[in-house]
Amino acid sequence: MERYWNKEIECMSREDMKKLQDERLVAQVKHVYANVPYYKKLMDEKGVTPDDIRSTADLHKLPFLTKADLREAYPYGLLAKPLSECVRIQSTSGTTGKRVVAFYTQHDIDLWEDCCARAITAAGGTKDDVCQVCYGYGLFTGGPGLNGGSHKVGCLTLPMSSGNTERQIQFMIDLQSTILCCTPSYAAYIGETLHEMGYTTDDIKLKAGIFGAEPWTEEMRREIEKSLGIKAYDIYGLTETSGPGVSFECSEQTGMHINEDHFIAEIIDPDTGEVLPEGSKGELVFTSITKEAFPLLRYRTRDICVLTREKCSCGRTLVKMSKPLGRSDDMLIIRGVNVFPSQIETVLIEQGYAPNYQIEVDRINNSDTLDVNVEMSDDKFSDMVKDIQQKERELAAAIKTMLGISPKVHLVPPKTIARSEGKAVRVIDKRKLV
Amino acid sequence: MLIKQISIFVENKPGRLSAVTKLLAENNIDIRALSVADTKDFGILRLIVNKPDETCEALKKAGWTVSLTNVIAIGITDAPGGLSGVVECLYAANISVEYMYAFISKAEDQAYVILRVDNNDRAIEALVENNFTLLKASEVYDM
Ligand SMILES: [Zn+2]
Repeated sequence: MERYWNKEIECMSREDMKKLQDERLVAQVKHVYANVPYYKKLMDEKGVTPDDIRSTADLHKLPFLTKADLREAYPYGLLAKPLSECVRIQSTSGTTGKRVVAFYTQHDIDLWEDCCARAITAAGGTKDDVCQVCYGYGLFTGGPGLNGGSHKVGCLTLPMSSGNTERQIQFMIDLQSTILCCTPSYAAYIGETLHEMGYTTDDIKLKAGIFGAEPWTEEMRREIEKSLGIKAYDIYGLTETSGPGVSFECSEQTGMHINEDHFIAEIIDPDTGEVLPEGSKGELVFTSITKEAFPLLRYRTRDICVLTREKCSCGRTLVKMSKPLGRSDDMLIIRGVNVFPSQIETVLIEQGYAPNYQIEVDRINNSDTLDVNVEMSDDKFSDMVKDIQQKERELAAAIKTMLGISPKVHLVPPKTIARSEGKAVRVIDKRKLV
Repeated sequence: MLIKQISIFVENKPGRLSAVTKLLAENNIDIRALSVADTKDFGILRLIVNKPDETCEALKKAGWTVSLTNVIAIGITDAPGGLSGVVECLYAANISVEYMYAFISKAEDQAYVILRVDNNDRAIEALVENNFTLLKASEVYDM
């Protein structure tokens, strides 16, 4: 039977949820306008006042915030509460550009942990569970978020943080952990190590895993589920909006329910900023309607997703988002079709190739061309030209099924795809040079 | 009767072959025969060498994509009807030749042909029945 942490909210009727969002949005816009000069300026420039925002239907009138705004406003420019009322900061890893610093009041922390409690409950967690949290602790939101959610649910919480995998497994066995929270790649590694150490799933009591903070495929999900003998649930979030728990997966495992009482989600066209209808693929935008210290309005996540309100078998009425399909920064428009390198990567992995590839887009005779170079692997190689050409055709057909447009696939020897600073250059768009 | 042939996946770019031959020279490997199949994008370099297993290892270690295939070597001057006789014999036995290439032994001034067929066992049977001279692996490697 499906368990809920907050059934009233999670299964609320659409009308009631909209009413709740309307009230909270109106109040939030007033709070931000009065306390965040940076955003007030953006609203003034757009000629929007808090009075113009009467319900969620007016959301589109508000200006967007982007990562660039967060950098410009660093560190206090988007703060909406006095520092004396803030109790915590969390921060992004800062791999691209300046780090993002987010502030939390105690109320913000409570709501965030509550979102994580919903995720843990949806994964079957109760106060009788032992929850092993191997996300990193510290500035990264993964550890603190799930740790807090686990406390709320009342699980016996193992604040392991990441690393020292053999010790993780020893604790998992000795303390009979039933729920594992970490990144999917670390879960896969724990699974491998468990078997290398000579154990099997019979030696552990795990039943569920809550994995997020990085992209992962359905295939990876199946592998983790098999190697650890669990059901693996996805969780989504970002430091800018709080951390993990913005959305979470239920037993149906077909997308993540967004905690709409705290976050309003929109899908926009990343080029025009126009709001797209339900079911469209586009950039995910979040408006925090309950956060006090760091309430971002219409924050562009750069994640490309699809939202759906189709009835979910779990009983929740919260809107569902797909796994992010790619980043809007990476999006290519080829012959009018939105293409993400990550989609091609997914096909390669499914077809048994290493994800070492390069996409070349060009325009020849006013028509876009898509060439995909893929590094050959030993097991696909043959001494005969026709076999290799057959492999190229098969891969091209699989990519066409995924993208809807036909590429030309070229298998190339390993390590021949250009790398800069050790990272392969994924996309060469020659059209921009014209 | 089967000879191990090494195939290497190479870029269709100048200088790629010399990188392979240099590696072989450094490892004291002698090339007995060589052929290249080219397309617009890639090439497959096929080699018969004196030490195929070692060569394969050395190439893999250096990061090349390599495979070993069993092929047949046959002397052609002493074959009835020369090369066309070989082809006719295989055709009659319903065996497809995927590719073939010739080479010459330095010592004996003799021409040989390497045959890659779709069925080695049946090809050998047909060739032996028709009195063609097949080379043993050791004969080719130690040539
Ligand atoms: Zn559901």
